[in-house]
Amino acid sequence: MQADKVKVAILGSGNIGADLMYKLLRQPGPMELALVAGIDPASEGLARARQLGIATSANGIEAILADPEIRIVFDATSAKAHVRHAKLLRESGRIAIDLTPAARGPYVVPPVNLGEHLRAANVNLITCGGQATIPLVYAVSRVTPVRYAEMVSTVASRSAGPGTRQNIDEFTFTTARGLEAIGGAQEAKAIIILNPANPPILMRNTIYVMPEGDFDEAAVQDSVAQMVADVQHYVPGYRLKNLPVVERRATPWGERPVIIMLLEVEGAGDFLPPYAGNLDIMTAAARRVGELFAAHLLKTMEVTA
Amino acid sequence: MKAPRLTDTTLRDGSHPMRHQFTREQVASIVQALDRAGVPVIEVSHGDGLAGSSLQYGFSHTSEFDLIETARSHAERAKIAALMLPGIGTRQELKEAVARGIQVVRIATQCTEADVSEQHFGLAKELGLETVGFLMMAHMRPPEALAEQAKLMESYGADCVYIVDSAGAMLPSDAAARVRALKEALSVQVGFHAHNNLGLGIGNTLAALEAGADQIDGCLRGLGAGAGNAATELLAAVLDRLGLNPGLDVFGLMDAAEYIVAPIMPFQPFPDRDAITIGYAGVYSTFLLHAKRAGAQYGVDPREILVELGRRQAVAGQEDWIIDVALDLSRRHTAGTRKESRL
Repeated sequence: MQADKVKVAILGSGNIGADLMYKLLRQPGPMELALVAGIDPASEGLARARQLGIATSANGIEAILADPEIRIVFDATSAKAHVRHAKLLRESGRIAIDLTPAARGPYVVPPVNLGEHLRAANVNLITCGGQATIPLVYAVSRVTPVRYAEMVSTVASRSAGPGTRQNIDEFTFTTARGLEAIGGAQEAKAIIILNPANPPILMRNTIYVMPEGDFDEAAVQDSVAQMVADVQHYVPGYRLKNLPVVERRATPWGERPVIIMLLEVEGAGDFLPPYAGNLDIMTAAARRVGELFAAHLLKTMEVTA
Repeated sequence: MKAPRLTDTTLRDGSHPMRHQFTREQVASIVQALDRAGVPVIEVSHGDGLAGSSLQYGFSHTSEFDLIETARSHAERAKIAALMLPGIGTRQELKEAVARGIQVVRIATQCTEADVSEQHFGLAKELGLETVGFLMMAHMRPPEALAEQAKLMESYGADCVYIVDSAGAMLPSDAAARVRALKEALSVQVGFHAHNNLGLGIGNTLAALEAGADQIDGCLRGLGAGAGNAATELLAAVLDRLGLNPGLDVFGLMDAAEYIVAPIMPFQPFPDRDAITIGYAGVYSTFLLHAKRAGAQYGVDPREILVELGRRQAVAGQEDWIIDVALDLSRRHTAGTRKESRL
């Protein structure tokens, strides 16, 4: 192993795993992709990994557990599989970055709270909608207290796989909980819409934020602009279609000013098509989390040496 | 043709023009009148279904669960139904609605996305509900594609699947072809839900009946999104003249429309300029009031907003795109004015 690199593995060779593989190869940072493990020997993800000269296995997590040098594991399987994987990975001392909705570890959104969880053994990436919208709710709540936040995520039908479709309720619960716990909203709601338009639409998100009281609009605009730039570091296709607008709306708390942000996420097109910004933001966030964990591990190792 | 089963959705689709401000008293008097007039199913919920109360769609004045409870306690014969859209409402609200008295749930998806409803049908059946599948914006896809989606809902446990003309964009031949395709593909019942944006609410419902529809929808005074729905009292009168009255009190429904609903309506839904545009451009009927508001706020003609939403293939529930389109159009106009002033 190169001394300045941390060995990582991808578990799951579906669309997400394959897209993440391309991102890790393109921008490895302090990581070395040592293994892609799946359970379907005929999967396109494994075939592509082999072509690229990366070690592969169709034995799932067993191959990862057999290589003690692998320190960080990206789990792109399913919530059900991750429950089992989380236990095995924890027992063998690996860090798990969980891209499934299993939520065995704390929620992380890289520019918001990753620093707090660098010692965690397992972190969860919430949902695609959460990765897209929590940073913007947080950008407001760090300037002024937020009474209520709401997000509406519209994704192209073709980018919503069977996992999302059969667990659409979990998307709304988990995202809303993330907007509260990490975004800093006292109360939140999440809505997801699948749009079958052809050609497929880019992932779109509308974020409504109602502050608790009066607020400094310029400070909110600055904070939001800063956050968009921070996310763009790891998701280049993350952009507001407009400066945030403020509308007065009838709410259960009376007529109140509501900040409305219209966000578009274009994928990098690594493996998945650019319209699937919802999948891209998950793999981009995972890569970013892995990068920070790996850098932290290297620093800790230096200290112990 | 046979006498259809009628669901009145004044207290759900009518929630849109009412801006979701229905009160317990209003629900009590409307349910009582519908129940006495022999309407077998009464739908009560936020216009966008359970948990629709939001900034995106408008907040409810009174919790829909309280309204459901009121409805149930005032219905002697009628079943109480609720609408839910997976992605907005969840099984959690469905359970609460059952606890507060619904006996029927109508589960609505965009007409291409039926597979998001599997878990909701599953729970509804487990809870012993009658279930209806709602294929929204059905003008956007051909009959065969809708039949495929309807079969998915049937496989999940739907007792009936509706062709829903959410945009009021269908012509009678469109409605008939879609209902016929479902009748041929399914062994469960088929329904039709009309909007009156092109003035065809009653006409399309009749075409659906001729094609074999088992269930139809109406609202008193047509109180619903866009130009409203097929008016329940009109349907009763027409069905009676056709010899297909399923047991509705025609005069009772006329009186309920005239003396209970008309006085509380903020306006009479009608195919006016903007509502016709909705049918013509094929966009979701509930966009009407949102487009009017965004038009006023950003200085753009609502008709332009609606036409652009049609071009972008916006689907059910995408009210947030209205702001996006209004801002884009307003920018385009400003750029245009600047160009002109340079000339």
